[in-house]
Amino acid sequence: MSDLLGMSVAEAATRIQAVELSREEYFDAWRDAAAGDELNAYLWRAEDRAVESDGPLEGIPIAVKDLFCTESVPTTAGSRILEGHRPLYTATAVRKLTGAGAEVLGKTNMDEFAMGSSNENSAYGPVLNPWDPGRVPGGSSGGSAAVVAGGLAPCAIGTDTGGSIRQPAALCGIVGLKPTYGAISRYGMIAFASSLDQCGPLTRDVTDAALLLSVMQGKDLCDSTSVGIEGGIEAPGREDLSGLRFAVPTELAQDAIEPGVRAVFEATLKRIEELGGEVAEVALPHAEHGISAYYVIAPAEASSNLARYDGVRYGMRAEADGDVVEMYESTRAAGFGDEVKRRIMLGTYALSSGYYDAYYGRAQKVRTKIAEDFAAAFGSFDFVVTPTSPSVAFGLGEKTDDPLAMYMNDFFTVPMSLAGIPAISIPAGLAEPAGGGPQLPVGFQIAAPAFGEQKLLDAAYALERAIGFDAKPGVRADG
Amino acid sequence: MAELEAVIGLEIHVQLSTRTKMFCGCALSFGDEPNVHTCPVCLAHPGVLPVPNEEAIRYALKIAAALECEVAPSSIFHRKNYFYPDSPKAYQISQYDQPIAGPGRLGEIRIHRAHLEEDAAKTIHVGESGRIHGSGASLVDFNRCGTPLVEIVTEPDLRSAAEAGSWARLLRTTVSQLDVSNVNMEEGSLRIDANVSVRPAGSEALGTKTELKNMNSFRFLERGIEAELARQRELVEAGGTVVQETLHFHPEDGSLTALRSKEEAHDYRYFPEPDLVPLAPTEAMLQEARESLPELPEARTRRYESELGLSAENAAQLAADPDEAAYFEAVRDKAPAVEAQTIANWVTGELAAALRQADGGTAADSKVTPESLATLVAMVGEKKISHGSGKQVLATLVAEGGDPAAIVERDGLAQISDSGELESIVAAAVEANPEAAEQIRSGNQKAIGAIVGAVMKETKGRADGGEVNRLIKEKLGI
Repeated sequence: MSDLLGMSVAEAATRIQAVELSREEYFDAWRDAAAGDELNAYLWRAEDRAVESDGPLEGIPIAVKDLFCTESVPTTAGSRILEGHRPLYTATAVRKLTGAGAEVLGKTNMDEFAMGSSNENSAYGPVLNPWDPGRVPGGSSGGSAAVVAGGLAPCAIGTDTGGSIRQPAALCGIVGLKPTYGAISRYGMIAFASSLDQCGPLTRDVTDAALLLSVMQGKDLCDSTSVGIEGGIEAPGREDLSGLRFAVPTELAQDAIEPGVRAVFEATLKRIEELGGEVAEVALPHAEHGISAYYVIAPAEASSNLARYDGVRYGMRAEADGDVVEMYESTRAAGFGDEVKRRIMLGTYALSSGYYDAYYGRAQKVRTKIAEDFAAAFGSFDFVVTPTSPSVAFGLGEKTDDPLAMYMNDFFTVPMSLAGIPAISIPAGLAEPAGGGPQLPVGFQIAAPAFGEQKLLDAAYALERAIGFDAKPGVRADG
Repeated sequence: MAELEAVIGLEIHVQLSTRTKMFCGCALSFGDEPNVHTCPVCLAHPGVLPVPNEEAIRYALKIAAALECEVAPSSIFHRKNYFYPDSPKAYQISQYDQPIAGPGRLGEIRIHRAHLEEDAAKTIHVGESGRIHGSGASLVDFNRCGTPLVEIVTEPDLRSAAEAGSWARLLRTTVSQLDVSNVNMEEGSLRIDANVSVRPAGSEALGTKTELKNMNSFRFLERGIEAELARQRELVEAGGTVVQETLHFHPEDGSLTALRSKEEAHDYRYFPEPDLVPLAPTEAMLQEARESLPELPEARTRRYESELGLSAENAAQLAADPDEAAYFEAVRDKAPAVEAQTIANWVTGELAAALRQADGGTAADSKVTPESLATLVAMVGEKKISHGSGKQVLATLVAEGGDPAAIVERDGLAQISDSGELESIVAAAVEANPEAAEQIRSGNQKAIGAIVGAVMKETKGRADGGEVNRLIKEKLGI
């Protein structure tokens, strides 16, 4: 049993295809594991396997963030307003996975409409970190990160708007990849901030991330902004990092980084050099304004994207005595949580006539500048590297009363989102939290030029092997 | 105080007749059961994305070409945000500051811009007011939701309600020839709003405008503008000022009422639609649009005037209706020896009158084939029958169809060519009308009509009018 659950996705898929492993047996083992969810990580779990397809993911159970529409299967986006909603169709990314033989194992908990960095904004309760149930798993794809780290699923997919795959992957000690904007179709992914949202894998290792990406990427006729990755994605195989140049941004407020995180980061830089890579500082002068720009652009788009939840056609409806406008108001007042309301108000304000230029217009200019900074850096470097998150997993409730402190979690991940470039977080070691306590995982982020996923995965693979991270969370002592 | 001049601009929504909607694959329809042409995309279900309809873009390019608009090398879509049950996304995908088509013209009127957007759903608010506020229930039909629209905005170049009406008709005819829309005002596939203001004649500055909506026929468009101009003139002349507002036209009594300010106090929070990439038509698409244009009414009018020598009025009248123009040209082909103006006179005059008398219908749909009209016009021209007999034959053709020569033969309408016979009829008529004869002799030329009439009565119209006149004068020795 533990052998079955211990295999990587790539290994299990190979064995199923070779008929050395029965897909029924493999699925049942994972279904039983998922049934033991004590992390509040799943919002829905499959009871049986769906229709079988063949392909590179034959027989692989996969956990899907509840932001992806799945036909007839409840899809809530972590919100009360979509409670009971069963979509009429399935998201392209999920369709591609199941078309390649994967089976949806369950839908994972998340911050409401992907707005959050701790998973505490879910209408269905917070997800607990498998390393320490008193701590958050990160967000917004916290459920997807927790099920992979906690042994409740072999792999998962999530979405990343400003760090929502990379940050929870880092806090849970797994691999999380945000591909280039446009690499994977957004069709069927419930929109938060359309110009930033991107789907990606959360996996145990880099090879599995590459495998899921290879299946999901591609141009989709249902998403005009999708382009796919030319040449596709192959399993990474690089052994060293010789000839590769890694840039460390000078401006990324090193002071805000926890000492333990910084130690792991610096050890990882040394590891890169040991592998033949070159490490140097680079100026990204506008990156420090990333958070400010992000928290204008993302809420602005969200205010428009979330306007459709009005109680008329689907989801929750709060009955009101008056006319349809009053029904809208009471439905939205009851259906949305505080963080979602906060961002809708922020975004509505930023787009309002008379404020547009000062906020949205200006934020877009910053975004362009940040993209230019990265382009300039990639003129002389192959990758930009940072810690994924300034801290290890923090305590439940620790930052819920301070939205700005919460937003700073995205400090290192937001610039790549604004630039639309791919970035991966790999577990790089363990560190003690700032306030003391048992050691927790630390993520190392590597960013590459747009559509440079293959090179990115190859480098991450070499580094992953050199680091040899094999720590496991203690809460589920395989009980 | 100087005379007040009317300043009118139009905003025209043209519903495109593509097979499917602007951003999804649902079929377009009119008059089907409510809510049968819907899908997750046009119902704005969570997670859906719009995909632009290439055909709609081609249609928009045709309209832009017909209006001689500059086409933007790259244009973008914006979101226009507002809460209303007719808009399931709570925003309309439209074009804002970078439309697909820039300045152009149709006739003397300048086009400001034209852009692509999607239509809203149809709503009915149940309750006394018929408005959303205070209604007991709101019903929505999403069939129309997402229908592609091209919105055309003119410069404020129109100077009267009548001019606005006739220009709007020219626009309808022009667009109807592009095969991109049904352009039917009653069905709503052509919707025209008017921006109306007044200013002292000769002034360059624009006055405060009001926007007129819900005029669903050309007649209502003219009546609405007329009424609003009268109101503004009276107001301004009495020293008042016009308030910018949207006015709703009521076809029942021609009145205009202001929409409640709460309903129009919108901040649409426009921003670029992140779900769509810029629209960049290829040179091939632009060329295809230009080359697909048929001869349009304006160009045809110019050709009829300059090449065929038609009067300005006849040229415009024939050119405005493509079917009528085709009919006219078919008659010309069959009667090459006849002056184009003569044929135009028959088509727009005698034939139109005969059709009206026989309860309408168009020339093309009538029993009068272009061949038969050509034969008839030629017979009159060659004086084989008189003009009056020609009208009789035409009435027969309208009623029964057939060959004009055979009808002339059957009804004995051939012109009296025996001058002896005509002379004796004239002599008898002069004798029978001594008073008229006397008046003519004393210089009253008009009196000849009585004698001509008598001759025509006797000959049942078969005599040539000119010849009869000549013979009467000869008989009277003048």
